[in-house]
Amino acid sequence: MLTDLLRDTPAGVDAAWALVDGFDDALVHGLGRIDEERAAVLESLAAAFTGSPLAGRVADSIGKIIAGTVTDEHLIVLAGARSALLGAVHDALLSAVDGAAGRTREAWPAGTAAPEPGLLLAGTRSWLRELAIAGWHGVDHELAAGGAQAVQALLADPAARRLAVLLDGFAAELRAAAPVATLDRVPVRRWADLWTRALLLAQDGLPRPEPTPVSGRLLLLGADLHEHPTVFRAQAHGLLETPGGDVRLVRVSVAGAKVDTISGPSAWRMLAAFPVFRSALAEHRIVELSGMPLTPGGDLIWDESLAVPGESADPFTTARVRLGAAIAPPVPPLDRHPVMLAEPILLEGYTAGEEAFELGGVRLTVDLARLPSAGPITPALVAASTACLGLLRRDGDHWSVQPLAVQATVRKKPVVAHTADWSLGPTDAKAAKAEAAAGTAVDVLRERAGRLLRK
Amino acid sequence: MTSDGAAYERRSAAPVIAPVRPRKLAKVPFVELAEGRLQGVVSSGSDIERVYVSSITAGDHGLSCNTNNNRPCGGLGGTYPCNHIRALAEAAVAQYGLSRVTRYLRVELAEGEENLWAGLHPTTAPNRAAEVFASFLRHLAYLELPPTTDPLPELQWFPAAEVVR
Repeated sequence: MLTDLLRDTPAGVDAAWALVDGFDDALVHGLGRIDEERAAVLESLAAAFTGSPLAGRVADSIGKIIAGTVTDEHLIVLAGARSALLGAVHDALLSAVDGAAGRTREAWPAGTAAPEPGLLLAGTRSWLRELAIAGWHGVDHELAAGGAQAVQALLADPAARRLAVLLDGFAAELRAAAPVATLDRVPVRRWADLWTRALLLAQDGLPRPEPTPVSGRLLLLGADLHEHPTVFRAQAHGLLETPGGDVRLVRVSVAGAKVDTISGPSAWRMLAAFPVFRSALAEHRIVELSGMPLTPGGDLIWDESLAVPGESADPFTTARVRLGAAIAPPVPPLDRHPVMLAEPILLEGYTAGEEAFELGGVRLTVDLARLPSAGPITPALVAASTACLGLLRRDGDHWSVQPLAVQATVRKKPVVAHTADWSLGPTDAKAAKAEAAAGTAVDVLRERAGRLLRK
Repeated sequence: MTSDGAAYERRSAAPVIAPVRPRKLAKVPFVELAEGRLQGVVSSGSDIERVYVSSITAGDHGLSCNTNNNRPCGGLGGTYPCNHIRALAEAAVAQYGLSRVTRYLRVELAEGEENLWAGLHPTTAPNRAAEVFASFLRHLAYLELPPTTDPLPELQWFPAAEVVR
């Protein structure tokens, strides 16, 4: 039952976070100068790995760092230790979700995966090392700007896009926050997360599992929208009916590069290359896939030429009829982190409030910060809702639901809204006018680019 | 900045950058707070091929304005701002809000004062046109990057700009 999930935290989760928090706090002041108190905290992190395969390397690296030697080899071991702890937290939370939802999840396939081809990673590692040594409080304009060169090199290589997008978003935050020493509040966990992810992705030979082609009917449940100053991404969650009769939970991701002045509904213009995907979302169409690559982690690598839109299907009906028995994909080992938890769920029979739903005497927070301005769902609509199709998420110490679609009653009339209703342009007159005005930003910048860029 | 008990410091998805406000880009296509300067690019009113590259330094409020061909702006008289720099400042306030701009430039404004220039005490600054223009070109180059269908798992840390409550 979902109510049990909301009431209990799995054993060990708080203890694991306490160790991670200690490490994250050390990064605020920098690993270049560790005082006795922080040394003790890092030693307790090393002690937690006693008896694990990482024990020797973690103890050795932490010892060296406390003694004042901060090298790439020591830092990647620390990043690995932090990721291992949060991987365990992720697994405990995910298995609690699966238990509560009665969800069957496939196991990660055994066997070796082809390593990523060599990328230009030395520049990234060296900037991340400088950040770790200086600590967030030591980030000034110059150090914050130091990542730009690495980002430019990565952006030039399509195979490095994943790290490029992460590093660019992280660097933009540090630039906006510099000089960090004068900042009121530092996003301690967030930046430790981003630093750790970037360092992991900046290692040579990361495993990249091979996708396999799949065919069948794709029924979309909804879209989750992501953005930072230079990217806009729509990630759809859906159910794939395979010819064998299985129903699997899958995702589709399409992302476009942008700049900070393009945001809100006009950001959809940056995904113009995906008309089939956008119309499937806006018009709730079933998509017939033939031979679309699917990763072992449940991500379809979208190719418009392998997708044919068909009849329409209501995502709420799809969820009511098929979501309960759908098979969930395994999570790739390196992606196991609590922030990655985004499990599609259908909620009904709750009492909606401004910031939370009451479910059988338990409160489930609504993640209002994940209601995008690029879509029509507003907090008021959520508060008036009677059914919600969303993603179950975890941040900090509690669960929350991120609405992807709501059914509500407004002035005694039924209203339905989905995050991707505006994927072909806003359907609401006021929003359409604002989009048209903001959309000219895209045209202006393209004109300027055309005139100035190739000089 | 807390949400339901979880401290800002202990949230993976804690918001750091306030989304920029929409504004018209025709006159000032590019503004940024970077490298210790408010800097950007202002389209020429008379020549469609020409842009002015303008900046104001944080702290000592040094002004600089040149064309993209590195000719000095005729309107900038030492510490007296030209129309390009005024347009740049206006665009920055529209995009980031007055408080973020004043904090970055280290401008003290009297309570209730809404004019940025009331708190600016300009000096002259060295020509930074080449760096700023390079930054603008990098900015524009994003529009030429191909879209990607890579699953990009790390974007879970970056929710789309939130709807105004």
